[in-house]
Amino acid sequence: MCALCGVLGGKGHWSDSASAPAAFAGRTEPQTRLRERQARTRLLNLVLKHYGVVVRDWSGSSYLLTSRTGRTAIVETIAEVWSAAEGLSGRSCDPLDEGYLAVLANSAGATQAR
Amino acid sequence: MTSYGDLTPVNIVTGFLGSGKTTLLQRLLRSPQLSDALVLVNEFGEVGLDHHLLQGVAESTLLLENGCLCCAVRGDLQKALREQLSRRTRGEVPHFRRVVIETSGLADPAPIAYTLLSEAVLRHHFRLSGIITTVDVVNGASQIGSFPEAAKQIAMADRLVLTKTDLADGQVPSALRAQLRALNVSAQIVASSAIGDDFHRLLTDDIYDVEGKFREASRWTEGEAGGHGHGAHDHTAAVQSFVVTFDRPLDWTAFGVWATMLLHRHGADVLRLKGLLNVAGVPTPVLINGVQHIVHPPSHLEEWPDADRRSRLVFIVRALQRTRIERSLVVFNDLVNAPAASVRPRASGDAVTARQDHVAGSGFPLARE
Repeated sequence: MCALCGVLGGKGHWSDSASAPAAFAGRTEPQTRLRERQARTRLLNLVLKHYGVVVRDWSGSSYLLTSRTGRTAIVETIAEVWSAAEGLSGRSCDPLDEGYLAVLANSAGATQAR
Repeated sequence: MTSYGDLTPVNIVTGFLGSGKTTLLQRLLRSPQLSDALVLVNEFGEVGLDHHLLQGVAESTLLLENGCLCCAVRGDLQKALREQLSRRTRGEVPHFRRVVIETSGLADPAPIAYTLLSEAVLRHHFRLSGIITTVDVVNGASQIGSFPEAAKQIAMADRLVLTKTDLADGQVPSALRAQLRALNVSAQIVASSAIGDDFHRLLTDDIYDVEGKFREASRWTEGEAGGHGHGAHDHTAAVQSFVVTFDRPLDWTAFGVWATMLLHRHGADVLRLKGLLNVAGVPTPVLINGVQHIVHPPSHLEEWPDADRRSRLVFIVRALQRTRIERSLVVFNDLVNAPAASVRPRASGDAVTARQDHVAGSGFPLARE
């Protein structure tokens, strides 16, 4: 728990590698929970940009999602991000959608071309 | 804190009506290594089970409000396991170190897995070790074609135990074997009559078992290596299984984002997801194992099972295209090098806060996706 604000630690999730060091033994660069959350938040913003949803890490324990109209939702794990994003955007988040993948591939390819 | 591997392992023994589940269980329970297993059976059939830790449960399924059948909680199992856990803690029953659940012939293993991995109390004490499905070599092929329950039991299995081979002159029809591989590229296929002294390994080998995890992970892609996988599919059952490989190391964060999004949208159609992953910055393989919406915590092997260093992901899916899955993961993995999305200032005037603590209605957000 944070001594200043009284926020409890976030819930665990299988994708949190920092909290499962045995499964990632011998890592060449040590991973911290906050660094991993930072990287995940950055990726979530790239992925959810298409849906007009912005994600912020909230006190290292939750994710704060905001829509273009300013509606917000707070969720605790990455698994809950998707239903919240769908609720805010009114659209289905489908990683197998061809049109969506083309948009994502463009954003990734723009950097690789540099 | 108890690690995931230290939780009491639970095996599910399933199989279509009359496929020999109880006979298999009888043999298993004769192994000294399984003498301390608690056995839960849903029906006392004609084949008697003689075991000191045996309890009957009546199958009942509680469908949660979000309506996905695979995410239903088996109320009977929840009650039985909580009760036995409590009795074990109080010393009223011998300290069982494993639980074996025998399902009915028409049962769907998914709600059992979901109950174990998501129920508020059970998930801190039990873990799913493996699903063993018995297949009758005489009637198996027609059952797969006629009953979707049979096909699903096979698709979700970690082991396929072929029974009644004596009625087929000791032979396993090649058509049946091909059918099984098409439905499940990663399961170990073994004839009941061919299992020797290490019978107990059918239950004890899993990716969290120190002795058995190497054997288990090596089996995952054996079917593919034997040339049976490659996207073969069974039109009747609409289930297909395949192994996809990735040459470049995977970014773990990108994989987590991708997999949770995929399972949120398509979890009901991803019957199994298993992987031996080459994760960037990690010298040894990371193992993942999922059942529909649920993914176990990752495990790892001390060394690669062979010279192949590519990531290998086993998918057993319904109505999902392999090429699209491959492309999707590649695109997400490439995002790691993409420029950060701009985060616009937060709008304050029109903010409506809608706290969403759980995946709608599930009540158990931790284990989903």
